[in-house]
Amino acid sequence: MAAIVEVQDLIKNYYMGDVTVNVLKGLDLSFEEGDFVSLMGPSGSGKSTLMNILGCLDRPTAGNYYLRDRDVAHMTDNQLSDVRSTYLGFIFQAYNLLPQYTVVENIELPLVYQGVPLDARTKDRCVALAEMVGLGTRLDHRPLQLSGGQQQRVAIARALVNDPQLILADEPTGNLDSRTSVEIMEMLTELNKAGKTIIMVTHENDIAAWSRRVVRLRDGMVESDIRNDKPLGFR
Amino acid sequence: MDIRDIPPVPPLAAATGFEGLNKVRRSFVLAIRSLWLHKLRAFLSVLGIIIGTSAVIALMAFGKGSMQDALEDIKRQGATNIVVRSVKPPDEGATASRSFVASYGLKVADLSRMGTFGGTISKMVPMRVFPTEVRYLDRMSNGRLVATTEDYAQVNKLTLSSGRFLNDEDNFRKLNHCVLGAGLADKLFPFEDPMGKSVVIQKQEYRVVGVLIDRMPTGGTGGSQSAEDYNNDVYISFDTAKVRVGSTVVIRTSGSRGGERVEVSQVTLTVDADFETSEGREKVRAVGNAIKGMLKEDHLREDWAVSVPLDRLEEAERAQARFTSLLVLIASISLFVGGIGIMNIMLATVTERTREIGIRRALGAKQRDIIIQFLVEAVVQTTVGGLAGLTFGVILVFGLPPLSRLFFETNLPAQLSWQPMALSVGVSVIVGVVFGLYPAWRAAKLDPIEALRHD
Repeated sequence: MAAIVEVQDLIKNYYMGDVTVNVLKGLDLSFEEGDFVSLMGPSGSGKSTLMNILGCLDRPTAGNYYLRDRDVAHMTDNQLSDVRSTYLGFIFQAYNLLPQYTVVENIELPLVYQGVPLDARTKDRCVALAEMVGLGTRLDHRPLQLSGGQQQRVAIARALVNDPQLILADEPTGNLDSRTSVEIMEMLTELNKAGKTIIMVTHENDIAAWSRRVVRLRDGMVESDIRNDKPLGFR
Repeated sequence: MDIRDIPPVPPLAAATGFEGLNKVRRSFVLAIRSLWLHKLRAFLSVLGIIIGTSAVIALMAFGKGSMQDALEDIKRQGATNIVVRSVKPPDEGATASRSFVASYGLKVADLSRMGTFGGTISKMVPMRVFPTEVRYLDRMSNGRLVATTEDYAQVNKLTLSSGRFLNDEDNFRKLNHCVLGAGLADKLFPFEDPMGKSVVIQKQEYRVVGVLIDRMPTGGTGGSQSAEDYNNDVYISFDTAKVRVGSTVVIRTSGSRGGERVEVSQVTLTVDADFETSEGREKVRAVGNAIKGMLKEDHLREDWAVSVPLDRLEEAERAQARFTSLLVLIASISLFVGGIGIMNIMLATVTERTREIGIRRALGAKQRDIIIQFLVEAVVQTTVGGLAGLTFGVILVFGLPPLSRLFFETNLPAQLSWQPMALSVGVSVIVGVVFGLYPAWRAAKLDPIEALRHD
């Protein structure tokens, strides 16, 4: 399989006054298309920083990052915005829906910034996605009228709306109870089976057990990189 | 449902050149929605703009109205007129006290010399004024006897309620015909029609041939022109007065007796010129100066005065210009203060919505998109504020005059004009752009990661 994410000698430093904090110390990673990867590690291990760089929200201090052969490490802010709206889907721990928007309006937001016209076809796609995640009857609800699990499903639909090449999930079940977590993980597994590449940050081994590959970071370095032959959703 | 059954992402819109416009239009809708969420706050934050614009529009209208009133007043006296009048010299009592009849003022000869100015003067209305009492049967009223010619009515824009004004024949044949002012007619003939009746003025009988309608007194604002109340005037022909009244007016004051001999108390000249153009104004002024020069040479004493209503017109216009610039200053201050209010609230909004900004950025919003979003929100606020101020200002303009008539019995003339309206609304929009720019820029420059972490 072709590599969708290629990270070479990735270094990220933060400068706090005179002190330089060396967060990522030369990571080399490669994720294949269609993979389902868990990023794990204690806090301070650099997994969030890596996630931000992979999500094109931040740029590395040094090193290369190729997102399907696109050299994203050296892009301008505007170009990164385009990459985010066109090729990436985000799922957050806190759902991060806009409270003043309805379910459908939240789902279509990435398309708005991509520049897709908001016509009937767009609406069809958003509604279909909402139905797929089981919210077909709540299209005009606002996020605060939904449960946590439902909100996260809206977020998943939103992450899918631009047909992304890569889905980045930052502790997607962190705010959910275990039963809802299973629902969400089943949904992500379905997506992965349909060919979507997913990179997920998590602390929990239970959740990581759903993925096909588990990468553990420690002090800005890869501690372990294990293939999971029997992910939960595939048994 | 399977992800593979979902309809595909529609293709990007073909470049039409209107993408930016569409984006802005969409931002407008979104801005209105997000402002609607905080109606009270949005209202309070634009209150400064509302008050500023409505104050400007109302003050402008009232200012312009009263100024227009003054200008109308001057125009009513005739903006191209020149008024020359006889003035009693101040040193009269001391030096020439031998004769108790003081002789001064304009002469008939002066009039004929002014007449030689030819084509520039289209009308010349001489006038003699005597304080007098007018009687009809047992009724008596004090008034002013005005001896003048046919053109007087036209130059002073008098309107008749019945009958006719004096004419050339009255003058030529020295007929005892008179025209009554409305006030005088009311007092002498409360229950009858004065037409054709005889009134007694200084022992002479005059037949009433016309009655004027009620006329506003002219405001006595400038220089030697005192307020004239035309309603107690009685008009007779100039030449009739020469024969019937004579040239001496005897004034009795308590204990002493004095007389004045004045051939012509006042002459109003109408210059054939258009006062709306600067050439016309120049012409009026030139004629005024020529008359001054002429009188200065011919008269030993300063027993005359030339007043040009045009000067007052220009003075009033200058006052209006000053007033307008003062208002513009007030407007700028109030809109500036309003703008600071907007900036303040927008900065607070940006802080409050930091997380939203982070989410939008993560989903692909460019810095430009964020700037547009917040800028449009600010502009929508100030524009709505400007329009609300406009509405409120117009309501004031139409609502205050009746109230002021009702409670204070004063007239509050107002005149709306589109320039201050367009200007104040336009400036409101600009205020939104100027004061919204910095908060919008701050929002756009937020680090998306930091913003996402913000609660």
